[in-house]
Amino acid sequence: MHPIIRTVLVRLALGLLTLLAVSIILFSAIEFLPGDFAQSALGQLATPETIAAFRKELGLDESAITRYYRWITGVLRGDFGTSFSGRGSVTSIAKSRDVVDLIAPRFWNTLFLASLTAIIAVPLALFLGITSALYRNSFYDRAVNAASLTTISFPEFFVAYILILLFGSLWPIFPTLAKVDETTLLAERLLRCALPAFTLTLVIIAHMMRMTRAAIINLLASPYIQMAVLSGASKSEVILKHALPNAWAPIATVTAFNLAYLVVGVVVVEVVFVYPGIGQLMVDSVASRNIPVVQACALIFAVTYIVLNLIADIIGIVTNPRLLHPK
Amino acid sequence: MLKAKKEKNLSAISDLSQNIKKLCEPNGRRKMNKQKYLDTLSGKLTAGQIDRRQFMMSALATGIAIPAALSLAGKAEAATPKKGGRLRHATAYGSTDDSLDPGTSANGYSQNVIYTRGNHLTEVNNDGELIGELAESFEASKDAKTWVFNLRKGVEFHNGKTMTADDVLATIEFHGNENSTSSAKGNLSGVAKASKDGNNRVIFELTDGNADFPYLVSDYHIMIMASKDGTVDAQSSTNGTGAYMVEKFEPGVKSTYKRNPNYFKEGRAHFDEVEILNVIDAAARQAAIMGGDADFADAIPPKTVSLLSRAPNLEILETTGTQHYILPMRTTVSPFDNYDLRMALKYSVKRQELVDKILLGHGVVGNDVPVSAAMPFLNTELPVHEFNPEKAAMHYKKSGHSGPIPLNAGEAGFGGSLDAAQLMAESAKECGIDIEVIREPNDGYWSNVWNVKGWCTSYWGGRPTQDVMYQAAYTAETNWNETDWRTSDAAVRFNKLVVQARSETNDAKRKDLYWECQRLIQDDGGALIPLWANYIHAHTKAISHDPQVAGNWTNDGNKVSERWWFA
Repeated sequence: MHPIIRTVLVRLALGLLTLLAVSIILFSAIEFLPGDFAQSALGQLATPETIAAFRKELGLDESAITRYYRWITGVLRGDFGTSFSGRGSVTSIAKSRDVVDLIAPRFWNTLFLASLTAIIAVPLALFLGITSALYRNSFYDRAVNAASLTTISFPEFFVAYILILLFGSLWPIFPTLAKVDETTLLAERLLRCALPAFTLTLVIIAHMMRMTRAAIINLLASPYIQMAVLSGASKSEVILKHALPNAWAPIATVTAFNLAYLVVGVVVVEVVFVYPGIGQLMVDSVASRNIPVVQACALIFAVTYIVLNLIADIIGIVTNPRLLHPK
Repeated sequence: MLKAKKEKNLSAISDLSQNIKKLCEPNGRRKMNKQKYLDTLSGKLTAGQIDRRQFMMSALATGIAIPAALSLAGKAEAATPKKGGRLRHATAYGSTDDSLDPGTSANGYSQNVIYTRGNHLTEVNNDGELIGELAESFEASKDAKTWVFNLRKGVEFHNGKTMTADDVLATIEFHGNENSTSSAKGNLSGVAKASKDGNNRVIFELTDGNADFPYLVSDYHIMIMASKDGTVDAQSSTNGTGAYMVEKFEPGVKSTYKRNPNYFKEGRAHFDEVEILNVIDAAARQAAIMGGDADFADAIPPKTVSLLSRAPNLEILETTGTQHYILPMRTTVSPFDNYDLRMALKYSVKRQELVDKILLGHGVVGNDVPVSAAMPFLNTELPVHEFNPEKAAMHYKKSGHSGPIPLNAGEAGFGGSLDAAQLMAESAKECGIDIEVIREPNDGYWSNVWNVKGWCTSYWGGRPTQDVMYQAAYTAETNWNETDWRTSDAAVRFNKLVVQARSETNDAKRKDLYWECQRLIQDDGGALIPLWANYIHAHTKAISHDPQVAGNWTNDGNKVSERWWFA
């Protein structure tokens, strides 16, 4: 078997194992949350009997192991259960929404914003990283570094407010509310997502750009680059042809890390721009102890991390000449 | 300019109380008459009985300046409702967990949805009066034990079904049945039997007389729902009789509506479409209204309202009503079980400082009673609880307490809770009292801190009468009795008086009873109510409203969609 395919398969198996471990940790962590949904949904007015009846109906009275087994087998069939919220009375279990229906449109929105940001941020970060390595210690290099470090040092909501002030109020080019739904056309969707995407770009660009720069500069000191320089290769040829292929692995790792962050950690940006993404859904669900939704969101986040890291590893192997052609 | 604006925009209720005050002064009477005359003129102008020039001449004759007369004419013209347009309302409330079920609706957004899509038997109108809504009229027996509601005929639900007594009975049954988890169950606990007499008359028989019963059925939960075979579908049906039909309901994101073409009210429901957006973040809400993404925004923070008022396209609307901030002391938890310690704390608060620093002037001081001038029978002769270091020290000494007093403050209680708690700790120090402020997280605040810890922060709003307020948080039966004030002599007496006042139909006697109730709460109870906070909204100048704006809830009684229009 080709070593690459084998590595991928091993990684995939490890990923599944990690996911199983995550699901167990997740389930136990939620068990430790104080209070439960029946109590928080029915409020203080509810009598102990009503709460007991409600818990029974939701299946909260069964043992943790039974519930975990039921949940995990459901997930394997693609059934994430039904949301706890949306049913106020004890008799309306059929009326509550499927978790999948609840999450799907929001997850799609989150992926859209993450992709849009990635399309802007990744090429920009690579370009800035490579050029600042090329002209290192120049004024350009310092300016790029200072600017990107500044934007990453501010909290996201502050960056967002500054952008709103500049491009929403002073020069009203972009809308400040990123309200989108399934009927929004692509052009309008892009316009509405512009400010959130810029905000996220400013937040993640420094990490990727500086890793690119550092990885390349690190390689420039190695003997084979010296050899290339001595044999008369131009500066850009040295970097693009000789240094970059060996630098892809660390760059891909950092990029994967940042892309994962775009999917799982943008609650603040969602709130500021009123973007209907999955982060806000998870936060609300934790607050109201809507456990099926919390579990589904957390599992999706875990999958995102595992898949993106897997891709980064594969890129690292495929692009690395030494790993690609083992002696 | 701002001041004039504020005065114009004071709520129906505070206007009323101001008018009453004015009536008591000879100078005020003249002002009233002039105002009345100008109102008549405005009416004539908009009705086309006089032209703008005549209006100006007559208005000037009353002695007001030309620019004022001009703007009056403009206002009168803007005050003529026009049909059309799409109202975009950015609201601070709501979450992804919201449902359409009126029984569990709790936050300001759910209330707004209910008032947009549905109607109730009775309504608190924008003058602060209780009027019939789906009930054309209502009357009580002498002992206020039997209430008859005559329903409006020919009102249709959005799906075309005609509203009848069966729908009312099914709605009442939904909230009031034994297994109901509805938050309005308490409102209906006094109903012994509800029955119908024909299709358009509902009769409630109460276990005890209740002169305020029509107020109880104006509660937002008790929206009349369409019934089928005697039951209602509360969880998933968007049906209602209201001004707007739900098009889309996305919890935590937005809901959209279309005008109900068969709406039964004359002169209401002017917008073609309504969109209510959940914009939880205050800065985002302000950016939305400044940038033209919204026409109306609520819950403007006091800290930024003066900046927002500078925007040339915006108007600020403030209403004073029934929203108060409270620091309830549980009278059964040590050290708050001591009368003198409670008194000491009540005298150790610099209330005006709290108004100035927490509300930045957008509110008034409270006097430890949950009753405002907006509600009938406010006791105006109560001792004034204000910062008094001597009295505080005297009571503190008498209580025999020493050591720090824990105050579990959380921002969930009310906005600015922590700052308020710190200010209170500072002023208490001047009286020799040591308050230890404990910061509580928002998550789980209402189940782990409120109604559990000895002293915390909380708020109330929207209770139209004393009886409703007392039944929510002060009588012995209610679980929300946050001060746990049930067993002391004064509390026992208070509970007796509340029941007595409820069935008393003689207003003079009711007044005496309610005044005594307030005295008991203020003196012996555990409620420390330092602040009455205004509701602050911003809207673009493109939309307009009646001269009177309701103060019973935020957002013109949560009926902006029904009552406002594009000028």
